[in-house]
Amino acid sequence: MDVGQLQRQFTDYTASLFREGFLDDQFTQLQKLQDENNPDFVFEVVSLFFDDSEKLVNNMAKALEQQTVEFKQVDAHVHQFKGSSSSVGAHRVKNVCVTFRNFCEQQNIEGCKRCLQQLRHEYSLLKSKLETLFRLEQQIIAAGGSIPMVE
Amino acid sequence: MESGFCSPRTDAFPAGLRVLVVDDDPTWLKILEKMLKKCSYEVTTCCLARDALNMLRERKDGFDIVISDVNMPDMDGFKLLEHVGLEMDLPVIMMSVDGETSRVMKGVQHGACDYLLKPVRMKELKNIWQHVFRKKIHEGKDVESYECMREIHMIMSRSDEFDDGHQLNGGELGATRKRKDMENRRHDDQESVDPSTSKKARVVWSVDLHQKFVDAVNQIGFDKVGPKKILDLMNVPWLTRENVASHLQKYRLYLSRLQKENELKTSEGMKQQDFTFPAGSLGFQTSTLIHPKDAANCNLKYTGNNMLLIDMGTRICREADKKGTVSILPMDLKETSTSNFLDSQRANVSSQTILSRPFNYQSSQSNTTSQKWNEVPMEQFKQPPKQEPEAYALLEDDFSHALQSAPQHHVQVDLQCSAYSVGPGTAVPERDKPGSVMITPMCSQSRSNHSQIVNLEASDAISSFKVGMKNQMIGLNCLNDCEPIQQKIFTVGDSSLGSQVGCAYTESIGLQDIDLFDYYNSELIDELETSYYADLGFNWDNDCDSVQNPFVDQGLFTARAEASGVCYPG
Repeated sequence: MDVGQLQRQFTDYTASLFREGFLDDQFTQLQKLQDENNPDFVFEVVSLFFDDSEKLVNNMAKALEQQTVEFKQVDAHVHQFKGSSSSVGAHRVKNVCVTFRNFCEQQNIEGCKRCLQQLRHEYSLLKSKLETLFRLEQQIIAAGGSIPMVE
Repeated sequence: MESGFCSPRTDAFPAGLRVLVVDDDPTWLKILEKMLKKCSYEVTTCCLARDALNMLRERKDGFDIVISDVNMPDMDGFKLLEHVGLEMDLPVIMMSVDGETSRVMKGVQHGACDYLLKPVRMKELKNIWQHVFRKKIHEGKDVESYECMREIHMIMSRSDEFDDGHQLNGGELGATRKRKDMENRRHDDQESVDPSTSKKARVVWSVDLHQKFVDAVNQIGFDKVGPKKILDLMNVPWLTRENVASHLQKYRLYLSRLQKENELKTSEGMKQQDFTFPAGSLGFQTSTLIHPKDAANCNLKYTGNNMLLIDMGTRICREADKKGTVSILPMDLKETSTSNFLDSQRANVSSQTILSRPFNYQSSQSNTTSQKWNEVPMEQFKQPPKQEPEAYALLEDDFSHALQSAPQHHVQVDLQCSAYSVGPGTAVPERDKPGSVMITPMCSQSRSNHSQIVNLEASDAISSFKVGMKNQMIGLNCLNDCEPIQQKIFTVGDSSLGSQVGCAYTESIGLQDIDLFDYYNSELIDELETSYYADLGFNWDNDCDSVQNPFVDQGLFTARAEASGVCYPG
């Protein structure tokens, strides 16, 4: 595949992620922040996000597995996760967090557990999609091209 | 990453702004760091609030602004906000993914200068410098922060975007300009003026510092005093000769004004004209007032009346050990332009309330002792009014007039300032106490047993105070029939100060005395300013229009006094 094609692929793929709600404007902001001083900025941030998220999701799971569920605690974790996901523009993930928090407020354990599951699902989906995107980026660079700028 | 004190800030403000970011979320921390760097700011990141506080404490002047998340595991963001505001007085911006009104409200209540919603955008971060600049402007009007003003001017002149000083107009930097126009002065601060210093050291003449100054002056002998001698005696390492010289200048001026006033007004009785101190009679005194030893203490010349004045001048009528006592500090007697002074008063007041505990209120409180110019501990004033610091409001001019003739009366001053609560304390005027004029704020009448506390609740206070002040004359008039004791006069600061806390000295002297207000609560200052100007012919935009005529107000005053229990004739 030549550079041009790779770049087009990259652009299309990015567009679809936005279209499908996986990413929102914040991601674009991140891309704008990337510059020659930090050529891997987006990648680094996203990596940080995924690392941190693992912890958060595990904390949530643990809290929900307790005999007596401490909803305030669960809510705190979800709130944190919501903040995190908003940092990378993980739109769908963030939305699940909102629903999740509502269930916490209602002290609805079933609702919470469902949300946790959904969260895990959205989160891994996003992760794989972003990994694809990064791979594309690397291919472009390897082929000598530059990453197309996002609007 | 810290450029320490040699910040390039002033070179191309706002570039180089030193920002401390606190967020437990590593992703956000990284993003914010990048964003702020893109704004050409100097960024330090921290993921724990405790670490942030330590960092701030270690490098006192190492940061210009703090941005913090609300939700953090080790410490609540609001708490951090409070700490930073109190200890370092830096602007703090809160952030959160939660934008609920209640949260934002909480942020504002805790003192946040802004509340950003996550995800934070570049454009929002780009403008955070405004909070730093704004604070600088306010600082510049504060105390003798000539350095601050210079810094501001430097910032402005260097920035392409600014229109060379025109951005800050009138009110803001007017003070500065006026200051510059005024006399040369301020050489004392010049040595500390260093554009590259991140925060200029302001010579704040705190109660203690001033007391040292006064002690030194007394020791040397007022006639023989000189800045070098004073400086040596004071033994304050960081103080310079210039600082002392300028303070001495102000002090002398203050005293001479008092004296002049004394002479002028002796016969004035309670007329309310402009609030000027009756010659020599101003000064709140505690019952132990005007003791020769006191006079001697201040080592100033004085006549009977003057003594008081001077005495008052130098002291804060209040007990130093009482919490919250505020005394009117002779603050800086430097001449500063009125507006400047007032502005600074405004700024200053917040941390220092000056209430003079003038009169010794009845000694039920232990006021007899040190009436010195003591500034009430700052913390006191920072506390909410419920604290009831012992603050005595100095009613300037007005009181002085009144007091002059009848020192023993307790004049009730209805001072209400949000800042301080003045306890009527000695609500019961002890007429027979020689020279005990008590000014009790009406409002707090019910409250404290610390008579000297002036409760100031801003808006009410001001008006009521004004009224009070105005009525002062009247009230005091009534006092005439009390046996005149000598003098104990309340040093009332500028009449305009009615609402203020403790601004003594200077009434007619003019705005110069406003320096004193440096120590005063800024809110009060505002009020004062109003009243002050009013007296001088400006109008009192407060609601006390009716107060203009003292007689009219008398009823008010009286009523209030009566209500509060003040017993003064009439």
